Amino acid sequence: MNPYIILSLLFAALLAVGAWRQKKKAALYDISWAAQIKETLTSKSFLLQMAGFVCFITFWHVCVVALRLPWFNRLPGPWECLVEWLNPDPDYGISIYTKDYYTHILYSTYRATTAFVLASALGICFGLMMGWSRKFYDYSFPLVELIRPVPPLAWVPLAILVLPGIEPAVIFVTFLVAFFVTTLNTLLGVQSIDESYFRAARCLGASKKQLLFDVVLPGAMPFIFTGLQISMGAAWFSLVAGEMIAAQYGLGYLIWDSYSLIQYPVIVIGMVTLGLVGWASSAIVRSIGRKLMAWRERELNVCNLGG
Amino acid sequence: MQEVLKTKEADQSSRQVPECLTTEGALSIREVGKIYDPEGVHVEALAKCSMEITAGEFVAIVGPSGCGKSTLLNIMAGFDNLTEGEIFLDNQPLATVDQPPRPGPDRVVVFQQGALFPWKTVLENVIYGPVVQKGMSVSEAEKRAKEMLMRVGLIGTENSYPGQLSSGMQRRVEITRALINNPKILLLDEPYRAMDTITKGASHQYLLELYDLTRKTIFFITHDLEEALFLADTVHVMTSRPGFIKKTLAVNLPRPRNFSMLISKQFMEMKAELVEAVHQEALKAFIAGEREMA
Repeated sequence: MNPYIILSLLFAALLAVGAWRQKKKAALYDISWAAQIKETLTSKSFLLQMAGFVCFITFWHVCVVALRLPWFNRLPGPWECLVEWLNPDPDYGISIYTKDYYTHILYSTYRATTAFVLASALGICFGLMMGWSRKFYDYSFPLVELIRPVPPLAWVPLAILVLPGIEPAVIFVTFLVAFFVTTLNTLLGVQSIDESYFRAARCLGASKKQLLFDVVLPGAMPFIFTGLQISMGAAWFSLVAGEMIAAQYGLGYLIWDSYSLIQYPVIVIGMVTLGLVGWASSAIVRSIGRKLMAWRERELNVCNLGG
Repeated sequence: MQEVLKTKEADQSSRQVPECLTTEGALSIREVGKIYDPEGVHVEALAKCSMEITAGEFVAIVGPSGCGKSTLLNIMAGFDNLTEGEIFLDNQPLATVDQPPRPGPDRVVVFQQGALFPWKTVLENVIYGPVVQKGMSVSEAEKRAKEMLMRVGLIGTENSYPGQLSSGMQRRVEITRALINNPKILLLDEPYRAMDTITKGASHQYLLELYDLTRKTIFFITHDLEEALFLADTVHVMTSRPGFIKKTLAVNLPRPRNFSMLISKQFMEMKAELVEAVHQEALKAFIAGEREMA
């Protein structure tokens, strides 16, 4: 795999998504595409966003490189990290040109995705059941509430003892957190549905099964997707913790390993990569949510234009 | 109680029955009582509440907050059971103590806050009833829905989501969604409560047009006495809790109705009569610290 191709593809994909969004917005406000892009790039909010990044990096540079503050004196500066990240022949063996870098990313992504998909499927079903059936709620809610506060890392030893191998154990730990977040948000979503929607559907002749698919599921959808976004974040969070303790590959492992081997710039590379991958995965969940909830999007647009 | 019944009888005989072809949707509410939580708090919402509604009649129920109007509507809609008495729909028992009512498309409710599904488009909302009852195919239902939307001036909005429409239009869609099922009765639970006066006026005009067109039995709950008089054939005043019918007033205004009637002498007299009856009950309810019970 040529990293040039991968990186430029990623970059192109990002640009394409951005441009597409601008085009949609341009259509909404009925102005030309170019004018919309110009408007966005010169808008106050965009400039402020950029200013935020600049401030952060300046702060980092000043503390670490310019002033060499005592607490920060072992940390690498932003420039050093960037150079290492983009170095064809990296000093510490990890950059966008090395195969290892992508292996770590792929391992982590694979684990996070597997855990997230499993957790979402089971969590949504479980949450819907809890919201749907009073009996099931009574039966499962106290149990869920007792197990949920147990931190994911506390599960690691048991998971390793029970499950065959390290890999399923790390995935299980990641799954657990995402599952509870999704379940509770789905439950909350079902409980938030106004009673009159149920009544209206029953008036119009809907059966119990039709209520589930026509009222409960779409009604809970906004909460479910908020939950999925949180659970995506939580999945990465517990994944990295799990990898630090128990894995052989993955970004969490990379960060911890680099710490032990005093390869500090690699820590930063790992963290930035996690940030990017985490952001991308949240963005994907968000955009799927938007697709499924066109009704909400259009309601919000009306509000924005009106106000 | 005796006196109450007497007034009712007198009014009933003088009531002008609207000319219409409707033969379905006659309701007989006989000494209905409803007690919430009989073992515990024991709230008596309705007691010996009786009224007769002929097929195609437009009935308005007025009364102070928490008098049990909505309870009665909920029982008729099948959301709640009664603890005494019985209700007949076209001489068939609809609700008795042993036979709790069930919701069904012959009695469709239009809700106070509106209950169009926000996740469905206008068209999907309107065809929902026929499709889930499997009475029509989707394409058939869509054709019918478009015809109805056209008739009520909503064509062009069928692919919008309810959140994109004004509250007046939303109610119109909701009434269309009810009417497409060809119900025997339309149950309206203060549908115009949260509206400003101007939208309300337009909505009244629209509802009256629809009523003249379809002549369905309409059971309309409201706080607004003018609204009740302007829309209905008969206005029933309910007592404060436990609710029963204290006074029945036949509205002798001709149809189609128009806004000039709102300032006619006849209208003012009827309003004065209603105000007096409602005011006594409102005071009682106020003193009792009554609250809306949904």
